[in-house]
Amino acid sequence: MVVTGRSMDSDAIQALKERLGADRVLTEREDLIPYGFDGTAAIKEPAACVVFPQNTDEVAAVMRLARERGLPVVTRGSGTGLSGGSVPVPGGIVLCLVRMDRILELDTANLTMLCEPGVITKAIDDAAAPHGLFYPPDPGSMKISTIGGNVANNSGGLRGLKYGVTRDYVMGLEVVLADGTVCWLGSKCVKDVAGYSMKDLFVGSEGTLGIITQVLLRLLPRPKAKRTLLATYDSMENAARTVSKIIEGQIIPCTLEFLDRRTCQCVEDFAKVGLPTEAAAVVLMETDGHPAVVEDEAARMAEVARENGALTVELARDEAHALRLASARRSAFAALARIRPTTILEDVTVPRSRLPEMVRYIERMAAEHGLQIATFGHFGDGNVHPTFLTDERDTAEMVKVEAAMEAIFAHTIALGGTITGEHGVGLAKKNFLPAQFGDASMDLLRLVKRSIDPAGLLNPGKIFD
Amino acid sequence: MSAHPTSAPSTDKAAGGLAPVRFLGGLDYSVVQQCMHCGMCLPSCPTYLETKRERNSPRGRIALMRSIADGELPVTREFGEEMYYCLGCLACTTACPAGVDYPVLFEHARAEVESAGVLDTPTRRFWRWLTLRQLFAHPWMLRLAGRLLWLYQASGACRLVREWGLIHLLPKNLRDLEPSTPVVRRRFSDELIAETETPAEIRHRVGLLTGCVQDLVFSDVNRDTADVLLANGCAVETPRSQGCCGSLHAHNGDLEQAREQARRLIDRFDLGRLDAVITNAAGCGSHLKHFAPLLADDPAYADRAREWDRKVRDISEWLVEIGFRAPAPAATGPGPGCRVTYHEACHLCHGQGISAQPRAVLRSIPGLELVELRDATHCCGSAGVYNITQPEQAAKLQAEKVAHIRATGAACVATANPGCHLQIQNGLADPAVPVRHPVSLLAEAYRAEAETPSA
Ligand SMILES: Cc1cc2nc3c(=O)[nH]c(=O)nc-3n(C[C@H](O)[C@H](O)[C@H](O)COP(=O)(O)OP(=O)(O)OC[C@H]3O[C@@H](n4cnc5c(N)ncnc54)[C@H](O)[C@@H]3O)c2cc1C
Ligand code: SF4
Ligand code: SF4
Repeated sequence: MVVTGRSMDSDAIQALKERLGADRVLTEREDLIPYGFDGTAAIKEPAACVVFPQNTDEVAAVMRLARERGLPVVTRGSGTGLSGGSVPVPGGIVLCLVRMDRILELDTANLTMLCEPGVITKAIDDAAAPHGLFYPPDPGSMKISTIGGNVANNSGGLRGLKYGVTRDYVMGLEVVLADGTVCWLGSKCVKDVAGYSMKDLFVGSEGTLGIITQVLLRLLPRPKAKRTLLATYDSMENAARTVSKIIEGQIIPCTLEFLDRRTCQCVEDFAKVGLPTEAAAVVLMETDGHPAVVEDEAARMAEVARENGALTVELARDEAHALRLASARRSAFAALARIRPTTILEDVTVPRSRLPEMVRYIERMAAEHGLQIATFGHFGDGNVHPTFLTDERDTAEMVKVEAAMEAIFAHTIALGGTITGEHGVGLAKKNFLPAQFGDASMDLLRLVKRSIDPAGLLNPGKIFD
Repeated sequence: MSAHPTSAPSTDKAAGGLAPVRFLGGLDYSVVQQCMHCGMCLPSCPTYLETKRERNSPRGRIALMRSIADGELPVTREFGEEMYYCLGCLACTTACPAGVDYPVLFEHARAEVESAGVLDTPTRRFWRWLTLRQLFAHPWMLRLAGRLLWLYQASGACRLVREWGLIHLLPKNLRDLEPSTPVVRRRFSDELIAETETPAEIRHRVGLLTGCVQDLVFSDVNRDTADVLLANGCAVETPRSQGCCGSLHAHNGDLEQAREQARRLIDRFDLGRLDAVITNAAGCGSHLKHFAPLLADDPAYADRAREWDRKVRDISEWLVEIGFRAPAPAATGPGPGCRVTYHEACHLCHGQGISAQPRAVLRSIPGLELVELRDATHCCGSAGVYNITQPEQAAKLQAEKVAHIRATGAACVATANPGCHLQIQNGLADPAVPVRHPVSLLAEAYRAEAETPSA
């Protein structure tokens, strides 16, 4: 792929300022440094300039200018990504969409919502709720992540088990292509098989194929009832087995989240919601829907938990307590940063029946390499977050981290899993993608990229070189 | 090194210690490195919400601080301005799951800015010297200024100044502020509270901090605090001429003077005799609880500073801790109770994690109905001297706060910090909706009960 690598000259900056207005083009050092990273540990690259378009026309204009001058463009939402996706490219433009943050339409007849890409994820569900509607995807970062970033990464959340991921709610997209063309893909129709399912190509494309400027989302009726349970275990394996057994028992709760002891301690330290800090593992379970079904499922889940060695099974005191437990869980990753200077989070996912094996393997790697690895995750989805607690300045330890990580990725692939369940490949995982994909699939990826972005302007160097 | 009066030298040779002043580069690197840039703090930061620009966010500011600590960025004027655009409201500290110590980063960043002198101008230098090194460094001077201000207000001279247009002689930002100058009390704390006051039965012995602004403008709140303590079995010791605790200095980049103020204050109290040292001003409290790190390198004070930190309590925190007595209903009249809403001072809820206790105090009052305020923990824009240095942003926050208060329909706003008190009072500009300290409402309830004939 062609990486242009040309840096920005004052001429280009002048042109951007003329098009957008000087206050929406940032070039001061003090402004660029804070855009040099996203939520990923130890990846940093200063931006050459940051621009804030306010509508699709302006995005298209920036793209045309970038094409004329061969400048790479990195699209950015709130910069909470965990694979380095919105980290700048040397000499490139950072196109930040947080100011395109209007909800354009809430269609209560068709149960859809049309948003600009900078709308905050939580704001979508907040806007739907008063109408009895529901937007289920709830990534841990939902208070600040943008819907554009969610779509570009096809983000998951705590409710993925029952409700799926962002892709399952995207009905249509407006995208700006690398040459500045604007396309609309999809429709409000529940069924639509006209042409290739092009919108699906852009969901999860990590800003490498086009810039998402509008998102049409599907909404659901809001569930009437909810029950939240917390089970504790003296081993991670029993917890993982409970999860597998619940699914085998054909119960599909909305949430089956798992936290190990270290994660519980950090989260409790921050959120003080009464999480047990002595148990080796905790599973947070939530079922929602019709009140009668919810009661039944909660009872059955408690039973399965006990059968599989749960030490305690507790029901959340009330709605407020349940909410606090879920939001405490959302802070798990950041709370783990309390222990060591550098916190590297992985995102491996395996078929759910292989979970106990995966968890055991991670424990073994930690012991073998003498590393601290905390584990939590969306166990109901088979999605594990082994989190390395380390120090990027300790080169000897970082070598071990690399080795353990490689082994975990290899084992994941051997179990029929994937190296990333929701955070994307970005920069952080691109070296491991070929092992999962194989040559033919990698070639197909490149072919798609070349045909849509022949000059390689959009987020070059992400996903693959 | 610039020679302006308040600039901290690169080594601090102040009383007793040879400790180097620890700016960003000198901080324990783990503090600088603690931010893992997850962005979870962004939605709680008022300046980020206003501009959506990363440098105006906690994450962005910390990135700049780290660049300075790493020697990648020199201390620039832009950096200095950014550090003063930050409210210091600490909403980010509550939001941060990673445990980033923003207060320490913030104080050291401002000290760095002052030491580099990047914002230095003759006028700014003069005002800083006058306030930080004179007025707020010497209790007698502040009281004298307070007396003069009281005379000015009480004599009607202020009306003349406004009517005769003399006010136009003042610089614009001070002129805008003049109508909101707090009304100074005729009698300060030392005249209202005896050095030692004891209840009939002594269960605890506490020291009372009178503060500086609190002392001039809200000496009545100090009296109320003493009354409430007495009513709960606390002997109250109120050392004379306490002066400023140094929070003003620490928040404004003058760590050297902040240390000096801390030492002087510790000297005023006979700590060993006391179970607790009580403050009723949130802004002071969140600073007062951190003397130990401030004086860690001062061998003469380090131990006492640690004991000090262990003993400092906000008044509502202390009341709940000792299981304060709920007042009995007043027999005559409706009592002090009414519809009250509560604004959480940043330095109480974010700075000290105290949210439930002031509400418990309010709820204990018979006849008082507590109505929750939307976004109660959002900064009101007072933020120390922020309303002087950043009037525009401060006014926006004030307007939001006032709108939320109006929406509650409350007849009274309770808040526990003098800065917030004045900011909200000025914003409301409505004598029908007074602003009160929760402790004053409690003191009134105790008094109403005492006046009950049958009691
Ligand atoms: C504490 C924490 C918890 C998290 N929890 C979860 C979780 O539970 N589940 C999960 O899946 N992820 C999670 N994440 C990861 C992250 O929040 C998501 O990937 C999120 O979708 C990123 O959104 P953003 O707005 O921050 O995007 P950015 O980080 O700014 O960008 C992400 C990627 O999308 C591209 N992009 C952004 N906007 C657009 C657009 N409009 N058009 C085209 N491309 C675009 C960028 O180029 C980049 O490649 C978490 C992150 C943190 C820090
Ligand atoms: S200050 Fe805390 S919440 Fe904010 S980005 Fe840093 S680690 Fe995250
Ligand atoms: S102290 Fe307040 S204004 Fe400053 S960064 Fe934190 S939240 Fe923002």
